Amino acid sequence: MQVLTRSIPLLITGLAGLVMILSAFFPYTSDWGKIAGNFFNIIAAFAFVLGGGNLLKIHLKKVSDQSEGWGYSGVILVCFITTLVVGLGKLGAYPNPDFPNVRLSGETQSSGGFWWAYEYVFKPLTATMFSMLAFYVASAAFRAFRAKNFEAILLLGTAFIILLGRTFAGVLVTGFISPDGPLGGLRLEELSVYVMQVFNTAGNRAIMIGISLGIASTSLKILLGIDRSFLGSGD
Amino acid sequence: MIKLLTNLDRRWIFLAMALCVAVPILVIGLTGKTIPETPTPLAEAFFNEIDTAGESKGRRGHVLLAFDYDPASAGELSPMAISLVHQCAQRGLRMYFMSLWPVGPQMIDESISKVIDRHYPELVYGEDYVNLGFKAGNEQVIKVMGIDLTTEFRTDTKGTPLQQIPMMKGMTSLEDFDLIAEISAGYPGTKEWVLYSATQYNIPMVSGMTGVQAPLMYPYYPGQLKGLLGAIKGAAEYESIVNVWVREQKFAEALVAGGMDEAKAQEVAAKLMDKPAQVSTWTESAEAADLDPKTKAELITIATAPIPGEFLEGQRRMGPQLFAHLLMVLLIILGNVVFFAQRRQGGRS
Amino acid sequence: MSRVGLRSVLILTTLCTLCASGVVVAAMASNSAAAPPEPPTNLIAVDKPWDGGGVVELEWTASVTPDIKGYEVFVHQMVSPLVGELETNMQADAEAEDQTQEILEGEGVAPEDADQQARVEAENDVTLTTNEPEWTSMGIVLGNELAYTATGLDKATPYVFMVRTIGADSTASANSNITTQLIPVAAWFDGEKLPLFCILGVICGAVFLFVLLARNGMPMKIRTIAGLKAVDEAVGRATEMGRSILYINGIQDMDDLQTVAGVTVLGHVAKTAAEYDAKIEVPTSRSLVMTAARETVQASYFTAARPDAYNPDLIYYVTDEQFGFVAYVSGMMTREKPAACFYMGAFFAESLILAETGNSVGAIQIAGTAQPSQLPFFVAACDYTLIGEEFFAASAYLSGQPDQLGSLKGQDVGKILVGILIIIGVTLATIASATASAPGLAGLHESMTSAVDFLVNTILGS
Repeated sequence: MQVLTRSIPLLITGLAGLVMILSAFFPYTSDWGKIAGNFFNIIAAFAFVLGGGNLLKIHLKKVSDQSEGWGYSGVILVCFITTLVVGLGKLGAYPNPDFPNVRLSGETQSSGGFWWAYEYVFKPLTATMFSMLAFYVASAAFRAFRAKNFEAILLLGTAFIILLGRTFAGVLVTGFISPDGPLGGLRLEELSVYVMQVFNTAGNRAIMIGISLGIASTSLKILLGIDRSFLGSGD
Repeated sequence: MIKLLTNLDRRWIFLAMALCVAVPILVIGLTGKTIPETPTPLAEAFFNEIDTAGESKGRRGHVLLAFDYDPASAGELSPMAISLVHQCAQRGLRMYFMSLWPVGPQMIDESISKVIDRHYPELVYGEDYVNLGFKAGNEQVIKVMGIDLTTEFRTDTKGTPLQQIPMMKGMTSLEDFDLIAEISAGYPGTKEWVLYSATQYNIPMVSGMTGVQAPLMYPYYPGQLKGLLGAIKGAAEYESIVNVWVREQKFAEALVAGGMDEAKAQEVAAKLMDKPAQVSTWTESAEAADLDPKTKAELITIATAPIPGEFLEGQRRMGPQLFAHLLMVLLIILGNVVFFAQRRQGGRS
Repeated sequence: MSRVGLRSVLILTTLCTLCASGVVVAAMASNSAAAPPEPPTNLIAVDKPWDGGGVVELEWTASVTPDIKGYEVFVHQMVSPLVGELETNMQADAEAEDQTQEILEGEGVAPEDADQQARVEAENDVTLTTNEPEWTSMGIVLGNELAYTATGLDKATPYVFMVRTIGADSTASANSNITTQLIPVAAWFDGEKLPLFCILGVICGAVFLFVLLARNGMPMKIRTIAGLKAVDEAVGRATEMGRSILYINGIQDMDDLQTVAGVTVLGHVAKTAAEYDAKIEVPTSRSLVMTAARETVQASYFTAARPDAYNPDLIYYVTDEQFGFVAYVSGMMTREKPAACFYMGAFFAESLILAETGNSVGAIQIAGTAQPSQLPFFVAACDYTLIGEEFFAASAYLSGQPDQLGSLKGQDVGKILVGILIIIGVTLATIASATASAPGLAGLHESMTSAVDFLVNTILGS
């Protein structure tokens, strides 16, 4: 079992990593990288089935046990199965004009039940979830932005410049400064771009350099089998 | 008051935010008036890069339009996507649409139907634009496209083999594009395109993105990214540049059709664009004496025609953004008032 | 009509007739003012050495015509040898079949001879047609440039090139000499990436070296990471309150290193949870992450000697869809009110929604991500945040193994290298900028500028 659960996965990891590195530097091996990438795509596609199966198992169990919140599980199951049937069966989709007699030849991106569910159920729901960010940003701003020390005061000042400079309010507040004059750079909209391009960029680059080195080092540890914790070795 | 603020239920904040967003939307929707925009150099660079696509090769620009976003971020990104297609269509560039996001094709369809189908019906599918659709595999797709385009895309979204599409002739890899224009909502998106295409093959690239992504991408400007649009603000700036330019182009087209030579027409169009309200006065001036009445009438129509709603979405959304940002500033101030009051009380006790 | 008008018509008609017969065209061509420019000469094409293939470098001698706009470079893709032979044979077969019939009908020769004769004729015909190059424009360069780098070519197909001069009045010259056939093959090593290869070698070498040194007993120290130190506190709190621990492993798949790092931290959190007998729940947004998380948690329960307490059903798949996943997790948080929430992995717009929901239910929250755009949200809404590289160092920190700590030391060598490069780059760029307009320092300015260009384009551009 140790071979199946530890040695073979480590070998695959090492080989795939080596192939990706080689393909970046040696042109004759560039196709190998492509093949390794295709392999991942194929495995990830099969994993959809694994995920679907698990989803069914967990929620069917909840419904059958009538455990707390089983009604939600019922809703998930109904939605999942309906979408699957409508999508795979291409219900309501027009056939391809070249094959009018083959019902399943149509595409589901502009007609049919799947498209309808996407357009009128999925899209509004997703947009709703995303728009919740506006509310959370407001409550986080009220709670977290406190002028506790000097650094926090700098952060607050920058936040005001960006918040005002990214809207017409910036033009209203500092519109009296001539854009071509020596103080033109102090206009809030100019200042906000300057803050983003210079201070923010410098800070971000520092973080990104650290992250990139962290990624390089972690990748190497995984390829060499030094870090095996992702395979469940514990620590 | 301080006690009230200290124990403020977060739902009041949510309500205030809802009002700050909803009221401007309603007011702008009813009155049709938008807040004016002053374009920043980033948006101007984005516009100029598309304007000159293909010029270095002396050919009609071949632009890869990668729409890597979904409905969740469509509110923030679709105005810039629509303006992008608007500019490409007006400029007569060849547009190759694709997406690395599963729901990207719907975003592409939306842009095509709002811009090309409604305003540029003369553009021919397969000759002026093609929809290559979604391809799974994230950055792997970009890597493979850099080596061979046809490995990833054998057909377009309609199932037509690429060999049968006229505008795909000679397109073998990413290097055959003059410009990559990416609209990105996250991963895979701008960063991946920069790393695996713009940097690797030195292809000019511009990108529009969500507000959260923009700070991360500023380092790539102006090296790897030739132009950058951040969130609705960037979209509104770019939209206003495109709208002005399109109207100027229409003025120039009408003047050329009326018999004016091209250089002069461009010069007059730029002048008319500065003061569109005075176009009818200009048509009476000596400079317009050679123009026939039909051309004059067309110039006045172009000057007075309202800009279609789909080309104002970005500018319209700046209204709610303005009030939401002001509310945030107010909340931060109130939060600090509470903080200092509590600290003072703590000091006394 | 007046006599003058009639004469004009006659002259015009005569002119048109002359034009049509080519006389005027020849006369105009001989007029030097309207003559097309001379083409460039000595066009040479060389396959770019040490490249990934598909690149050809062209050079030519300038056209003798003064005041030209530029040069237009043309390429003709020959049919690749194998495909060409096949196509020629197929085309020739088809033509030979038609011609055999004609010869048989018309000339009364034996069928075998007719077949052979037709075959030769057909092959000649096809060769003639394929010899006509189909020139495709690659681009235009300015008149003062005498070189062009053709990119994006097929690595296995032969090409020929030709250049035309574009005159001041936009007229094109005749064709220049056509280059010899050239296949832009790939070298065994992509020389442009040599600096990157060297940097990679130094960083990996340093990591490797320090791992070996650590194995041989070299002491390694790592500073305290508050977020990881607080794991015990968070798990203990959940146990005291009798509520669950929620662990979110980001929303990306196992091909993202942040997810792998998240699974690593999960192993430690699960082990602590097993020791404290706390319930840990792991909803995942990818099926492969679910499988990996199950393996890790199971191993942790074994390590903590609590295999009986392991329940695989608490690690489950929800949906790949970003906001579908967020909706599920937020709803679950509001209903079940977990005492501790961990967010470790790649997060996007959902970071603040999750962290604020967790905050509203009063959970102790620890986050770790290498998504710089999401870090401010986590810092604002969570109690502890592992910033970027701290997150990747978590595995080494938690395990305390010398091997892993050694790799962190190697990483520091990378940082020193980056620091040196930054200092060199900034110094060179500053000198280049300061000497730009200084009289007498033009030479220094030029060498500094080319050094900066080398650093930016060759070393960093690789």
